[in-house]
This record gives sequence, C-alpha cells and structure tokens, in this order.
Amino acid sequence: MSNLTNTNRRDFMKLAATAGGGVLLGFHWRNADAKPAVLDAAAEAAAPSIEFNSYLAVAPDGKITIFSPNPEVGQGIKTAFPIVVAEELDVDWQQVHVAQAPLDTVKFQRQVAGGSGSIPHSWKRLRQAGATARQLFINTAAQRWGVAPEQCTTESGAVLLKGSKKKLTYGELAEEAAKMPTPTDVPLKDPKDFKLIGSSIRNVDNQDIITGKPLFGLDFTREGMLYAVVERPKAFGMKLKSVDSAAAKAVPGIVDVVTFDNSVAVVGKSTWQVMKARKALKIDYEKEAALESTSDHDRIFDELLNSDKNEVRRKEGDVDKAFKSAAKVVKSEYQCPFLSHAPMEPMNFFAHVRPDGAELIGPTQTPERAQGEAAKFLGIPKEKITVDMTRMGGGFGRRLAADFVMEAVKISALTKAPIKLIWSREDDMTGGDYRPAVKYRFEAALDDKGNMIGYKLRGAGINAGNPTRENNFPAGAVDNLLIDSAEHKSAITTGPWRAPITNFLAAAEQSFLDEVAQAAGKDPIQFRLELLEKAKTAPAGDVRYDVDRMIAVTKLAAEKSNWGKDKTKNQGFSLYYSHLSYVAQVGEVEMKAGKPELTKIIAAVDCGIVINQSGARQQVMGGVVDGFGHAMYGSLSFTDGVPDQSNFNKYRIIRMQEIPEVEVHFVDNGIDPTGLGEPALPPTGGAVANAFFKATGKRLYKQPFIEGLSGKVES
Amino acid sequence: MAQYNLKINGQTYKADVEPDTPLLWVLRDSLGLVGTKYGCGIAQCGACTVHVNDSATRSCVMPVSAVGDSKVTTIEGLSEKGDHPVQQAWNEVDVPQCGYCQAGQIMTAAALLKRNAKPSDKQIENAMNGNLCRCGTYHRIREAVKVASTKTN
Repeated sequence: MSNLTNTNRRDFMKLAATAGGGVLLGFHWRNADAKPAVLDAAAEAAAPSIEFNSYLAVAPDGKITIFSPNPEVGQGIKTAFPIVVAEELDVDWQQVHVAQAPLDTVKFQRQVAGGSGSIPHSWKRLRQAGATARQLFINTAAQRWGVAPEQCTTESGAVLLKGSKKKLTYGELAEEAAKMPTPTDVPLKDPKDFKLIGSSIRNVDNQDIITGKPLFGLDFTREGMLYAVVERPKAFGMKLKSVDSAAAKAVPGIVDVVTFDNSVAVVGKSTWQVMKARKALKIDYEKEAALESTSDHDRIFDELLNSDKNEVRRKEGDVDKAFKSAAKVVKSEYQCPFLSHAPMEPMNFFAHVRPDGAELIGPTQTPERAQGEAAKFLGIPKEKITVDMTRMGGGFGRRLAADFVMEAVKISALTKAPIKLIWSREDDMTGGDYRPAVKYRFEAALDDKGNMIGYKLRGAGINAGNPTRENNFPAGAVDNLLIDSAEHKSAITTGPWRAPITNFLAAAEQSFLDEVAQAAGKDPIQFRLELLEKAKTAPAGDVRYDVDRMIAVTKLAAEKSNWGKDKTKNQGFSLYYSHLSYVAQVGEVEMKAGKPELTKIIAAVDCGIVINQSGARQQVMGGVVDGFGHAMYGSLSFTDGVPDQSNFNKYRIIRMQEIPEVEVHFVDNGIDPTGLGEPALPPTGGAVANAFFKATGKRLYKQPFIEGLSGKVES
Repeated sequence: MAQYNLKINGQTYKADVEPDTPLLWVLRDSLGLVGTKYGCGIAQCGACTVHVNDSATRSCVMPVSAVGDSKVTTIEGLSEKGDHPVQQAWNEVDVPQCGYCQAGQIMTAAALLKRNAKPSDKQIENAMNGNLCRCGTYHRIREAVKVASTKTN
C-alpha cells in the first residue's frame, strides 16, 4: 500500500544517496553560516547532525529540493517557505521540488504550526539561506572561469558571466560548490526585484490532493499495523471505575482491549471492527468532579463578573474618578459558548513503540511536543523517537495538544504493536480541548464632548486563563483604564482555538466600541481614528501596536467599502491587531424579504509583504468565513458534564449557501511579512454584529448570533 | 464475514468483510483507496462522497452489502491522469487549503456537472451545500465548479 510519509522520507534519503555519488548541499538553518558539506552515506554517519542543517539541496542533475520544515495544516506554509528560499536562490518555481522535512529541531529550530508565527520567525533566515547558496554558486562559477564574482550574475538556477554567453547551472556547479567556503554577509535582494514573492503561486500539494493521494495522517498505513479506538468518559468530571471487555474481545477482528488512565482502547484489524466492538464494552464510571451544565456556567459568569477578587491585568490613571465625572456611561456584557475545533480530519496518530525507541507518524501542529511527551512517558531519550509530519486535515489549534499522540503511544506500548489510533467525529467533538466559554463586561466613560475618558474590561472565563489581551487597543488610547479577569476551573478541558481568546474578545470589544461611538454621537470609524490619534500623540502608558498601521488599514477599509456613502447599505466596522498583523473589516447587511442577511465583508489587511497572493487571499477569505460561521452558528453546550452536540447534525458549521461575498485588500508597505493563519478571523464577529445593528437596531450580545437574530427580527 | 466483488474504478476488487461494513471503510482499510475521506460517519459532511452509478453517494452510510453490481467511482478513478475538468479547475482556481474535504467536494461537483453541464450559481450552491469545508474555501469551490463547466470533457 502506498504511503506518503515513507515517500517523503524516501525522497529525503534518495537525495542523500544521489549525493553519495555526487553532492547534497546543506546550509545552516539558524544563520546560514555553516559550511556546506558533501554528503554520502559514510559522511552522513560521521558528520554530527548539528553541523549539517539541510533544508536546501541541489543535485548534480539539476534537481532543486527545498525542505519545508513546518507542519502544514492548511495555512499554506509548505508553499510559502519555499517561495522565499527560491526567490533569493534565483531559481524558477518550476525547477523547485518541495519536500516535507521530518522533526529535527537541531536542524530546523522552530517546527510549529501555531500563533501565525512561522513567517515572522523564518522570513530572514529563509532569505539568507537562499541568498547564501546563490552567492556560493556565483563564487564557484567565478573561480572556474577565473573572473571576479562581481562579473557574474544569476538567472533561473544558473550562473551567467556578464557580457558573455557563458552559463553554468547550479546542478553543474553543485559538486565543486560543496568544497568552497561558505560566503558570509551576503546581501539580500532588493524587494523591488522580487519575482516570486508577491506573485500568485498554487498550493504545492494540489495535484496530490485533487487525485486522492495518501497525504493525511488518516491515510497512513503500515504492514501489520492494527487500528485502535478509545472509549473515554462521556462526561467531563467522571472517571473510570471498572471495565468488562469480554463481549468486545469476542467481536471478530479484535486483537486486544487495553486500559490506561481513564481510557479503554479497543485494538483490532480494521476501523469498522474496532468501532463496532467498542459498543460492546461495559464500563462503569464514577464522579470525580462537578458535572457542569451550561446553565451553571451562566450563573458562574455572573458571580465572577460581580466578584471583587479579579486579577488586574492593566491599570492606567484613575478609573473611579473618570467614571464619577463622566457625562455618559456605557455598560454592556458579551458572551460566547464553548466551541469544538472540528477539523475535517479527526484526531489520529500512528505509533510504533519498540524496545529501542519509537516511531510516530501523523498530523500534529507541534511535533516537538509529541516527541517530548512520548520520551518522558517511555523514559527514553527523545533522540530515540522519530516524528514524521503528515499533511493535516485542518487543526485550528486542536493539534497543538499531544493527548491523542500519547494515547497512540500508550496503546502501542501496551500492545507491543504498531497501531493507528482513530478518533471518530463524536470522539473529536466530545473529547474536549475546546475554545473556552467566556463572558465580558465592558464599561466606558464619556465626557461631554464624547471623548472616551475611562474604559473598563472585566473578563470571566471557564478554564480560559487570562481572557483579556490587556495591551491591545484601546489600551494606550484611554487615560483611565482598568482591565481585569477571573477564571473558573472546570473539568471541561480547553485549549487554544484559532486566534486564541481574540477569536471572541475582538468581536465583543469591537461591538462595544460601536456602542460607545453611538453614545458619543460619532461615526464608528471617526471615533476609532480619534482614539488612535490620541494613542499616537498622547499615549496612556505602553502602546504595543503600531498606530500608523492601525490607521492605514482603517482608512483602506473605509475607502474600499465606500464607508457611509451609500445610505441604503447597513455597514458595520471592526478593527483588530493580532498575531502581528492588522486587519480592518466592514460588514454589509441587506434586508431581504424583511430579514437581515449579511451579504458582504470587505477586509483590509496589513501583514507586511504578501509572499503568495493566492495563499494570502485564501487565508483571509477562510478566516472571514470561519469567523462569520462560528459567530453565527457555533455552539457547544453541556448538560451534566456531557456535550449536547456530538456531530455535524447538531453542531453547525457554515455551509456554502450561507457565505457572504468576501473582498480582500492588502496594504502595500514593504514591511517584513507576518502570519495570516489567524489575524483575519478576530475582527469578523464585530463587523458582522455592527452591520446587523445598523440594519435592525438590535445589538448582538451573545454568540451564536443566530439565536439573537431568529424570532426577534420581524419578517 | 462475506466475500464481495466490487466494481470500482473500472476494476473488480475482492473484499472479505462483514456485510454491515460501510463502503467507506472497505475502500480505505481493505482496498487501500484512501482518497475517500472519513469526516462524520453520518452523511453530514460529504468528505466520503463517491459516485455509485454516477450519483454522488455518501459512502460512510452505505453498507458494502448494498453495493451489489453498482459501478463505484472514487477520486482515484475520476480520471486516468488526474485531469478531469473538475480536477483541472480545482488546481487552476487553487481551491485547497488543508485539502482534506476536497476529494468529496470534487466528486460532488463532478456528479453535478454530469447531470447539469451548465449549472447556475444557485444550482451549484444547492448541489454543494452538503459538503463541509472547515477551512472555508467555498468561494473558490463555487468558482472552480463554474470554471469546470466551461471545459469540455
């Protein structure tokens, strides 16, 4: 059976073998200053890997391979990273072959898909590595031709001698180049000369995706591999008491039933057999913590918001005084439910624990965490554990955790077999690690001119940690400010969900600022621009965002949406800075047959230089659709610790008929690029809520919005 | 267990499985045709869509015993060289983000175009509404179906 991960690995090894007769060039990942090396089987064995950090290979036959070290979860990194390397290397995109590298943080340092952090982390080093390789080939050709390197230039993967027709391809130079000293202080391209960066390049895995090649963790198979499913407590707050597995073991195809922690794993020869046998398990659970319902959380939120035991996150000026002297006070509360990440590919992982080490293969946003936790559990050095990353069928933060990896490791260790763990959709949706439910209370004090002189935000969350982002706008723009928070510890597990915390905080805050602008009698955009002007000219404490970039995206969104010009349009504005990128959005609601419908969202985005137009637009459009869909429909509720929704029949994900038109505009400012996996999502809920308000006169204080919209709007 | 001779992608495959095994898992576990994806198991997401006698069918809820002599086409068999007009359009429009749902999307779109070569936007939306894309690539899916409808097979 074919198997992608092995194909990747074979690619990796094949290149090394090619070099056995020839050359494989490696460049130091961290600062591009390591010596290139000739790799053959013996040399590879002899050379400590720390001295050879390969992510770029040129074979004598001219094949150029760029290794993409970061996990691909749909954010497009497997396409974007190689574009940057190829740009500085000065090769044509058609010449480049991209391969996923396995986990090796000695070689690659940061191999994480999270926090929209890959691009800002690696931008410079990717360029340096490509540029250093290019200079090395120039130096090599210059030496062969007996000319100064300055007389040479490059084009399409070849060195050219200026003023002549002499030309040597990188492939032809590879072997000789490997013996040359590594150039240092290599200049980078002037961005105006970029050919690949800023163009539109398709996903490098498109052809494999559209022909159904095995790419994903769930597609991985290994001869002799067994399948495993795990039965976990139905309710958060219950623990395992006893297991009767006799009936399950009698089901055809079942090889073993093993118990660990609060889990019972059924192991067998096919997915369907283990899924069926699992239903025959007889398990008793007992209570170990409170079995909470959503109604409990509603009560707990109010207790926390009214308590005086909150942790202060940021304080400026004298808030009490400001509110006492206020001409007007605005106060509102906003609430969101738990959400499931619900990636289309449910959690799964392959593990083969052997006496001498372990092999882990599958979809993970944090391969290093998987390796570390497995090493700790097995009591072996992490070097004995290999991790191969498959393409991921989405993650949205769920695959930052390693719980499912550890289940696979434990089952393999207990059964001494290579196993692939599969979570059903129901397991995935009821298995925790949710976006935490949160409630906010906002208060604003306005003076008689409509200036915001005081601002209070109190956040209360269920296992949400700090549910505020205390240094985000409008912090820095208000003289008297108090941001604090409280947390309720629950048995319901939570984790980062695409744009953690800000995925709802931004919507709540941007809706509230719309309310404040209304109370101040000001246009919502003008109101924000005044605050930004204040943050620029008379900042209140630290300002941790770039005010000019905030202003620029605001103005771009206003311009592209013809803000306020067409009085028949119900427009709502939102602005948010997260994960180093700046995004402003305008939502438009039309009344159709008496019902409000969100028809369009215009997004103005500043992520600095756009590396790949196609990929970047996809991220923004997808982020907007995700933000809109979850704000409208997303809800995971609980009854006595049990999630009320367990599959897509009850847990509503946005569908094609429900999407608005989405328009994307990028700011062109030449600033070093930042990530886009998350930043487009947070502002959407605010733009949507504010546009609905414009159309209906009703504020939406609680997600999912569909509950507030249905029934309350006359049709 | 029972023996089944399944007509898939123009070939006959033998599978020795229990009669209630969904076609999805026979394809994936028994036959190694893993292009067809598992997403929900209850016909709500469309990731498992295949063609059964040219109709888009959710393979996760179709027991293998119900397949009989029907002609099954999976993403692997949609075209010989991966160049079905829908596949070409999917690449040209650069539809995939994570890519996991796209085989199911493509199979649904191909079935639509087979019975309606020039669908309207509304018809596209109606046909595609049963296929979830968690990344939110719906705009490009819609565009790609339109592009595909302009290509001749």
